[in-house]
Amino acid sequence: MAKKKESVPTTWRKHAALAGYLFILPNVLGFLAFTSLPVLASLLLSFSKWDLLSPPRWVWFKNYIALFHDTDFWRVPNGYFYNTVFMMMAIPVSIMLSLFLAVILNQKLPGMILYRTLFFLPSITAGIGTMILWMWLLNPQFGLINLILGNIYNAFAWLASGVGWHWAAWESIRPLWLSDENWAKPALILMGLWGSMGGMNMILYLAALQGVPQELYESAKIDGANAWQRFWKITWPMVSPTTFFIFVMAIIGGFQGGFMAAQVMTGGGPNGATTTISFYIYENAYLWFRMGYASSIAWFLFGIVLILTLFNWKFSQKLVFYG
Amino acid sequence: MDEQQEIVRVRVRKGISIWTIITYLFLTALAVTMVFPFYWMVRTSLIDPKDVFISPHRVGYLRWLLPESFPKVDNFTQALTAVPFGRAYINSILISACVTFGQVFTSSLAAFGFARLKFPGRDKIFLAYLATMMIPGAVTMIPVFILTSKLPFWLDDAISWLTHTRSVIFSSSYYMFHNTYVGRPLGLDSYFTLIVPGMFSAYGTFLLRQFFMSVEKDYEEAARIDGAGTWLVYWKIMLPLSRPAIATLAIFTFMGSWRAYMWPLIVTFREDLMTVPILVRFFQSKYSTDWTLLMAASIVQITPVLIAFIIGQKYFIRGVRIGGIKG
Repeated sequence: MAKKKESVPTTWRKHAALAGYLFILPNVLGFLAFTSLPVLASLLLSFSKWDLLSPPRWVWFKNYIALFHDTDFWRVPNGYFYNTVFMMMAIPVSIMLSLFLAVILNQKLPGMILYRTLFFLPSITAGIGTMILWMWLLNPQFGLINLILGNIYNAFAWLASGVGWHWAAWESIRPLWLSDENWAKPALILMGLWGSMGGMNMILYLAALQGVPQELYESAKIDGANAWQRFWKITWPMVSPTTFFIFVMAIIGGFQGGFMAAQVMTGGGPNGATTTISFYIYENAYLWFRMGYASSIAWFLFGIVLILTLFNWKFSQKLVFYG
Repeated sequence: MDEQQEIVRVRVRKGISIWTIITYLFLTALAVTMVFPFYWMVRTSLIDPKDVFISPHRVGYLRWLLPESFPKVDNFTQALTAVPFGRAYINSILISACVTFGQVFTSSLAAFGFARLKFPGRDKIFLAYLATMMIPGAVTMIPVFILTSKLPFWLDDAISWLTHTRSVIFSSSYYMFHNTYVGRPLGLDSYFTLIVPGMFSAYGTFLLRQFFMSVEKDYEEAARIDGAGTWLVYWKIMLPLSRPAIATLAIFTFMGSWRAYMWPLIVTFREDLMTVPILVRFFQSKYSTDWTLLMAASIVQITPVLIAFIIGQKYFIRGVRIGGIKG
């Protein structure tokens, strides 16, 4: 090895090293300006108090102490941490639905690509347009969702009244969705499921399913395993790396999520019921100009993400079957 | 051969069972659920505002699905003239194109450096890149926002101090070009701020580096023997060979930039500098209950994304797979 190194002229090696540095230079400059230095600046900010008008003041851990005593953040129904975690409860459901769809679409039947494309539409168009659409669908009085639910309810109410059981009028019990502090989060979860079940995760599962050797299914069939057993004994373990990857990514994304829905659809309300951690950071930093406090929440968030990432690195080898 | 085809045909014939029919019924029902909201959007955008609140019980289901005033394009003309959508489109296209070009260029350069060139500290720098991918955007956005909002004033202070005159070159917000407002050179309400922070990506570098590592070295070595320099190897060999990966990164970046929300929201205050999503948000705050207009504006926002997806679907789905492998 050492001999080989000597055989390359030093000037040539220096030249190659210079080329290497020049190639990464533009990216490194941007990286320093917009990632590394801001991370340090944000850490310093989190120990200070600054409204951008008066000079910044160094306050040591006061922001973090304030965060741990912030009742809006920690209260149990409708606190901001609670909201964030509550909305993440849809993640396992969403992942299971994605896998379910992928298993169905993975069959060698004509037209599956068309279905795949149709299921993919909500996630590709996700953004402000579909959020406004959902505000319309969730409109308590005239929205499509309450119209359908109302029809179903009235049909059952009619049947019930046949046996002398009188239900309340639909108008008096219908969910007010985004304007009700108990229904706002389920409404956003519903929108999230519509947007995510046929999206990226389904595509990832389809790719994973194509990597499962067909012989396994064939021999399981010969051994008399039914579809249910084949799924749990072959498919589920074989796609477990994908499941783990999707799950970890969704949890990490979930802690940072909910900003746009809150900003566009609810303003974080009603009564703080849809304010997530990321929306609270936005409010503090860009609406109330509490740069220091916002930075400390952002670092708290970073801490959570860091722990989850380390957990991912440490345990992904143990928990998952990699062929 | 014939035998094989026969087997396939038998399988297909056996496949049309009750389960196949249930599968198709289920998939169709689900597809309707996924797509019907889009139909509802189109329907609402193309009817007279007085038909918005009709109920199927009064007008019948057919008239409810297709109201009498359908199709009516007034909502679109009204929405498009109420706020400067044309300008927002130009902004979004310009910003997304520059961000995409910049990111593909800087990422591919760096990825080539990390994948193919040897220099001291290379792997350490790359590890630092990887580590930053998990930093939430919220952490870095605050200091970058502060820098952005303060920079024009700091620069003007510096110029004032140097020249002993009051300078407003950077902090003035009146920059016109033939009656068109073009924003400040730097700071809030400037194209610079909307574009430059998005031009560098650790993820793009990572994605392309992984792809470059898998490219055969034969062509490269042949070119080296013929006397090609490093730049030529990158430009004439690596980039053409990596076209699928680059197309994937470009589509992802373009779409990400097109739908970017938080950053453009906090750095634009003038309508002229707003991107499409921000202008739709602005429009929504003005016409919060005019559902026909809101749906028209939403369609205006969604349509280009749909078209881009239909054109680039192949690369997009491949990109999801490449992206998923990193786990």
